[in-house]
Amino acid sequence: MPYITCTRHLREVGPSQQERFDGATVREALLAAGQKYPRLLSYILDDQGEVRQHVAIFVRGELQKRTRVLAEAVGPDDEIYVLQALSGG
Amino acid sequence: MGKRFLVATRKGLLDFELRQGQWTLARKAFLGQPVSAVLRDPDKGWIYAALNLGHFGVKLHRSQDDGDTWEEISCPTYAGVEAAEQEKKRSLQLIWVLERDRQGNLWAGTIPGGLFKSTDGGQSWQINENLWNNPLRQEWFGGGYDAAGIHSICVDPRRDGYMALAVSCGGVWLSDDYGDTWRHATRGMIADYMPPEQADNPATQDPHRLVQCHEEPDHFWVQHHNGIFYSSDRCANWQRVHAQPSAFGFAVAVHPHEPGTAWFVPGAKDEFRYPVDCRLLVNRTRDAGKTFTALTRGLPQDESFDLVYRHGLDVDETGTGLVMASTTGNLWVSDNGGDSWTCLSHHLPPVYAVRFIG
Repeated sequence: MPYITCTRHLREVGPSQQERFDGATVREALLAAGQKYPRLLSYILDDQGEVRQHVAIFVRGELQKRTRVLAEAVGPDDEIYVLQALSGG
Repeated sequence: MGKRFLVATRKGLLDFELRQGQWTLARKAFLGQPVSAVLRDPDKGWIYAALNLGHFGVKLHRSQDDGDTWEEISCPTYAGVEAAEQEKKRSLQLIWVLERDRQGNLWAGTIPGGLFKSTDGGQSWQINENLWNNPLRQEWFGGGYDAAGIHSICVDPRRDGYMALAVSCGGVWLSDDYGDTWRHATRGMIADYMPPEQADNPATQDPHRLVQCHEEPDHFWVQHHNGIFYSSDRCANWQRVHAQPSAFGFAVAVHPHEPGTAWFVPGAKDEFRYPVDCRLLVNRTRDAGKTFTALTRGLPQDESFDLVYRHGLDVDETGTGLVMASTTGNLWVSDNGGDSWTCLSHHLPPVYAVRFIG
């Protein structure tokens, strides 16, 4: 199961400490996290289910393309970091 | 005079109460977070606050104990909302205004231009499809934002189902049937920023703010991008009125009982947006725009760069109490219809909205 860690800005709505969730892709892992943290997905994804313009997701330590990251395959020990992009101010 | 008002700022929600004759900051909420719109349901005593979290989107919170504690509730969403031909699918960018009708329904005006209704106290929201699907919406465009938005919702205080909206930039819209059908209502408005042959296009007018007189609800005022307009026939016809030193601005408030009395906060038009000659004044008319009185007592008369946004001025139920706040963090109140002003703070965050709630 991959790990998810969210920025402290999301500490009230998601895991700000490393936490494991089921999923073979980033999308599946985030959906699993959304089961435990019901407010989380609306903070990361927009109304159309896309990653928000100023949210940055790192997988295995590398920033991923916002438009492709949800389909990115993740292994059982991969780390997913959800951060605020500095482009957002 | 009103005894309580909310201030929605770039850094949180401030709740002021009049205690023993002194305005006191009684509560604070959402510190560090931009608050774009507020509403209090007077029947239930519930307060709604819309946040714009930037990175993490728009959120809506509700307090069921009159502002002591808050819970996040459902937001209007464009998920499942059909896009017009050649239009990309949309996401909520801002809740610009919240209102409540006589049946207790909530209404939210948003960017990118959707009107939403909640019949269950904000638990769920439905987009008004008839307005969203109106072909003229394709002509709307953003005014200061990437997309058009609804910033004014006037629910008729007497006639059920009567509503009026204002859109930047998309004109004024009326409904007589709870929003089932809509028609534009901008006859007399002029848009100087359009090519001459398009200057009266109803779908591209930029009313910065629309307000309705509570006691005489056929009377409306608009602070438009190109000046001040007044209607005494429920928006069927608009008369342009002229004011010095400028008719440019964003905010307008109308007296609840005297439809010819209204307040404006002029700025140097339109690329400058600070007080003319750096002297802040409130322009008041008592004769439906024939004349204006510049009210300056208590307001900065030198080096003022205060801009009052469209929701940054409000009048209480008596018509004598006013509250006003600016982008440079000044907050003023008046208990005499604007004849004089008292500054409550010089160092608030930029203010998006003020609203009497008691």
